[in-house]
Amino acid sequence: MSTSSIPVPSASPAAASRSFLSRLREGDEIARLITFLFAASVVLITLLLVYELWVGSVLPREKFGFGFLITKVWDPIAENFGALPFIYGTLVTAAVALLLAVPLGIGAAIFLAELAPQRVSDPLQFFIDLLAAVPSVIYGVLGVFVVIPLMRQWVQPALKNTLGFLPLFQGPAYGVGFLTAGVVLAIMVIPYIISVSREVLMSVPRDQREAALALGSTRWESTWKVVVPFARTGILGSIFLALARALGETMAVTMVIGNTPTISSSLFSPGYSIAAVIANEFTEATGDLYLQSLIELGLVLFVLTFILNGLARLLIIVTTQRGSGMGNA
Amino acid sequence: MNGRLRWRKFVSGFMLTMTGVCALVAVSVLFCILGYLIYHGGRDINWNFFTKLPTPVGESGGGMANAIVGSAKLLLLASLIGVPIGFFGGIYLAEFSGSKVAFVVRYSADLLNGAPSIVIGIFAYALVVHPFQHFSTFAGSFALGIMMIPITLLSTEEFLRGVPRALREGSMALGASKWSTIIRVVVPAAYRGIVTAVLLALARVAGETAPLLFTALGNRYWSPGWNQPTESLPHMVYIYALSPYEDWQHQAWAAGLVLLGLILMVNIMARVVLARGVSVPRA
Repeated sequence: MSTSSIPVPSASPAAASRSFLSRLREGDEIARLITFLFAASVVLITLLLVYELWVGSVLPREKFGFGFLITKVWDPIAENFGALPFIYGTLVTAAVALLLAVPLGIGAAIFLAELAPQRVSDPLQFFIDLLAAVPSVIYGVLGVFVVIPLMRQWVQPALKNTLGFLPLFQGPAYGVGFLTAGVVLAIMVIPYIISVSREVLMSVPRDQREAALALGSTRWESTWKVVVPFARTGILGSIFLALARALGETMAVTMVIGNTPTISSSLFSPGYSIAAVIANEFTEATGDLYLQSLIELGLVLFVLTFILNGLARLLIIVTTQRGSGMGNA
Repeated sequence: MNGRLRWRKFVSGFMLTMTGVCALVAVSVLFCILGYLIYHGGRDINWNFFTKLPTPVGESGGGMANAIVGSAKLLLLASLIGVPIGFFGGIYLAEFSGSKVAFVVRYSADLLNGAPSIVIGIFAYALVVHPFQHFSTFAGSFALGIMMIPITLLSTEEFLRGVPRALREGSMALGASKWSTIIRVVVPAAYRGIVTAVLLALARVAGETAPLLFTALGNRYWSPGWNQPTESLPHMVYIYALSPYEDWQHQAWAAGLVLLGLILMVNIMARVVLARGVSVPRA
């Protein structure tokens, strides 16, 4: 950035210009101070957020300690709180979501970045961006009225008939549950995977592709064996980003997961997630310990997404910089 | 050898087709969502929907006037909180700050951006609802406003940094102070990008439900002033969709259609009309 002010040409009288200048310089200092206060307030708000989550969950931390994270019981009447069913539900639904979303998202990203000409790729990317803007409660509505009946009547019976020997696909088909929540989450995070992966793939230098093609590889081989490995850290970043979104997603999951704190090996079983239990029980929490246990769940969720987002950012920056750096060289 | 080559070509063609299928599936989801919403909700959008209060269970008709006004109030106040902090903070990052301070501010903004919306709800509850012992429009707006800050801040900075150096130097060479250079030259040069970002931020928080659950709470009647619990469109969609009454479920579809329609309209407007000619600068 340039220095704070530049001397004015001596066209105006020197004395007047000096006082004018110093006033201006004062104005600059004031502007700097005011904008600094706004910027500092962002830091302050973030610190306050962490502080409130920490202080707000002091009771359960004192009473249960780390046992909170590995206890299965969630009994508001007896004031016994353990987070395990919710952590389990959150992780399982996110895992199902990624299992479905990652291949589809990366496939679509490859198509948009490598194959489609720009006049096809750009409009498609535009629709993907719009898809990312659809609010989660809308996905929830479609989950309730479209995905749940579909799962109950078709998908879950079909899975049971073909893969029913696996413990994953046993038990009654309620429609709601881990699997349905995972499917809805998958649909929700695909746009994030596509957008970031596409960008990362497009930053892979052109020489890489040309070299592979010149050596006689087919188009797919150059894409899959050269371009994708080159971009893999960035793609991994997009997956972490999607994972963080999936873990923190509230409304859509709350509407389709069944809201029962169970730990079951079956994906058909209704479950519960961290965000969903906070959404459902926060206003109904009686007693400080109950409320603070919910806030501690929020803290757990915040820490999880914090770690994943940090990793994602790091990976994406590393790849795009490596890509553009080598492209310029 | 020839057979192997044919096989490789087949694999290549097949896999590339599959990537096209993936892209098609991903994009078709958008049209599925729109189609379902229009099919189920289109019939229930009428004049009453926009002008009437919700009716009690069992009574047909009624609308969501209070939710629409509630959402508008929440968004207005949220922008009053989120936009100034993001905008001026962004100016500080782009024009005044050293790299260390900028790193800390940017990092905080990233942290806020990545925080799950329900956690922001808890924060607003602890900071605004709990001390006043009162669910309110103000508390909901506070939560939404906080969610707007990082988007506004980071994109203001990005667009300001994209303004060519020559413009600043020209202004300063004419004797303008730094501040008037920023306000009269740099910001106007970047304003289209910044307005786009603010609109996108607004569209994003307009659909948020989770942070409103225990801040704005919900309200079946008009919410007077700013210090009472208020209804909002996304919350109405949530409550009505999970209700056992068919009447309400129809209204949930209709409300969802209105909500999504507004959000997509703002998105398209921001991305196509305003952002035309704005090239997003690479950081």
